[in-house]
Amino acid sequence: MSEFDWIVPVILTVITAATPLVFAGIGELVTEKSGVLNLGVEGMMVVGAVAAFVTATLTQNYFLAVAVAALAGAFMAFLFGILTLSLMANQVATGLALTLFGVGLSALIGQDFVGTPVDAIAKLDIPVLTDLPVIGPILFGQDPLVYLSLVMVAGVSWFLYRTKAGLVLRAVGDSHDAAHSIGYSVIGIRYLAVMFGGAMSGIGGAYLSLAYTPMWAENMTAGRGWIALALIVFATWKPGLVLVGAYMFGGITILQLHAQAAGLDLPSQILSMLPYLATVIVLVLISKDESRIRKHAPACIGKIFHPAA
Amino acid sequence: MLLKIEKRPEPARSMVYVTPLLALLLTILTSMALFTFLGVNPLEALENFFILPVNNQYGATELIVKATPLILCAIGLSVGFRANVWNIGAEGQLTLGAIFGGGVFVYFHDVDSVFLLPIMILMGAIGGALWAAIPAFLKTRFNANEILTSLMLVYVAILILSLLVHGPWRDPDGFNFPESRTFSESATMPILMEGTRLHMGTILALLAVFGTWIMLSKSLIGFQVKVIGAAPKAGSYAGFSQKKIIWFCLLFGGAMAGLAGVSEVSGPVGQLLPSISPGYGFTAIIVAFLGRLHPVGIILAGLLMALTYLGGETAQINLGLPVAVTGVFQGMVLFYLLACDVLVNYRFRMAGFSKVAS
Repeated sequence: MSEFDWIVPVILTVITAATPLVFAGIGELVTEKSGVLNLGVEGMMVVGAVAAFVTATLTQNYFLAVAVAALAGAFMAFLFGILTLSLMANQVATGLALTLFGVGLSALIGQDFVGTPVDAIAKLDIPVLTDLPVIGPILFGQDPLVYLSLVMVAGVSWFLYRTKAGLVLRAVGDSHDAAHSIGYSVIGIRYLAVMFGGAMSGIGGAYLSLAYTPMWAENMTAGRGWIALALIVFATWKPGLVLVGAYMFGGITILQLHAQAAGLDLPSQILSMLPYLATVIVLVLISKDESRIRKHAPACIGKIFHPAA
Repeated sequence: MLLKIEKRPEPARSMVYVTPLLALLLTILTSMALFTFLGVNPLEALENFFILPVNNQYGATELIVKATPLILCAIGLSVGFRANVWNIGAEGQLTLGAIFGGGVFVYFHDVDSVFLLPIMILMGAIGGALWAAIPAFLKTRFNANEILTSLMLVYVAILILSLLVHGPWRDPDGFNFPESRTFSESATMPILMEGTRLHMGTILALLAVFGTWIMLSKSLIGFQVKVIGAAPKAGSYAGFSQKKIIWFCLLFGGAMAGLAGVSEVSGPVGQLLPSISPGYGFTAIIVAFLGRLHPVGIILAGLLMALTYLGGETAQINLGLPVAVTGVFQGMVLFYLLACDVLVNYRFRMAGFSKVAS
């Protein structure tokens, strides 16, 4: 089996690279399913990353750190909700504002923590099981957040398509006027969906600063929030495909590391471009079938709801 | 609910001008709270942020130097935003402008000609426009969301610049630092005022603002941009081509950002470096909105955002405030502006009261 030794580390790194995208993508999916387009994923992620890192450095309590990151992301999303849902501001512009604000705020909070190392989140270590060859480290040797991300995908899928509350949420996203007229609180449901998206983005950020690269650096999300947004289009708003897409992007990110190790003589900058170029290519391939996008996208996405109007 | 939000029959014109000021006031109040929290006397901080940087002639010219790329990028973006074309990749287009313009110098560095700088400026605009042509093509041909594609290309553009200055374009006498040759005099923007960094790029920016104003108010394409933005259906009934507008908005925005890029590298920066902009292309989004997408407003908003850069530096030197405060301040302005904008289209009314004057 020695000739396959390289497979396990590659798969493990793909998983770590993909997990932040899984969290951010699945959260934003719920937000978008309720008919709200929050382009502030990047901002919520970066605030989550710094919140988790600072909490972990100060308390050494990783559970608390992840919880604080989720709260911080949800709080950012709440601000977005106040603007777009209560004050009816343009969702595109507000999402951009949330990202710009989040990048600034996280830099301010994190400035005393740049360069301080923390230990990465501990990975699972079950006697016997984790020691199994190949499948041991992959199935039983991940950190808890990886399992949580998979649980979230399954949970969101179940919630959206198997529960009444999920049906209501989708109805709000597809026809807010109809949902309103049969008595559902469109704004209330959207607030919850937006804040869930924020909490998930926050945890995605936490994964970056606590597991993927256990450190804090300004702007460390490096566009992953935007890639998560593209993932949702790629997945045509289906939870399972968000997972597939995230792991695909994880694979592309890892390609750059392993291409260099394999002696591929390309400048590092070219390899670093890959995830961004791949995002563009994927968007093009998916979007060119306009009717398919229209069929799957929530019909009210980005539209302002004002009951009196 | 006691407080009701009610749609105005018509957008309130006065509010269009009041809300930016209101947003600024709220931002200043919030920043004062933030400064207090950071352990700094808020009045002293405000003085350092808004007065000290510009209370002398040099400071005032520095303000204009910093405002120049912001205004150039924002004027380009504003045309797109009017037509709901969301180009948020100005930072990348700026970078490509710097690469195209600066590249001319890298290959013709021994040419001493009056034509060198004009060619660099032209190439800068072309470089920015070409970079913006990618999202335009992908949007019109494949329906790919321009927000995401233009943003992804920012990262690619910055990596291309890094690749060039680390490799083929590195200064052969530069001790291996990742930077190009320093631009010669004939590749440098003429200085407008002795002893300052005020350069000809500012004139370019003012020309761009003036030209955009004329275009929007007098030309057919300007009219089409406004119609498509305000009422897309009316635009298509009138036979205006949505695709043409998307192309126009992105190429124009890209060219303006490209100008900003070349004006930076052949102005204050003076060579190609791995990092040539502290995020002007992103701050320009705030400038465009704060300036109400209007040319004159954009000049004022550009000066204000430029002041936050200078103020951030001054406050860092004098008070030890983290320079990141600038980013928070900029984000906050846009946040408050979008929140206050509810007053343009809606009015608040206490339920149960008789009609009050709005």
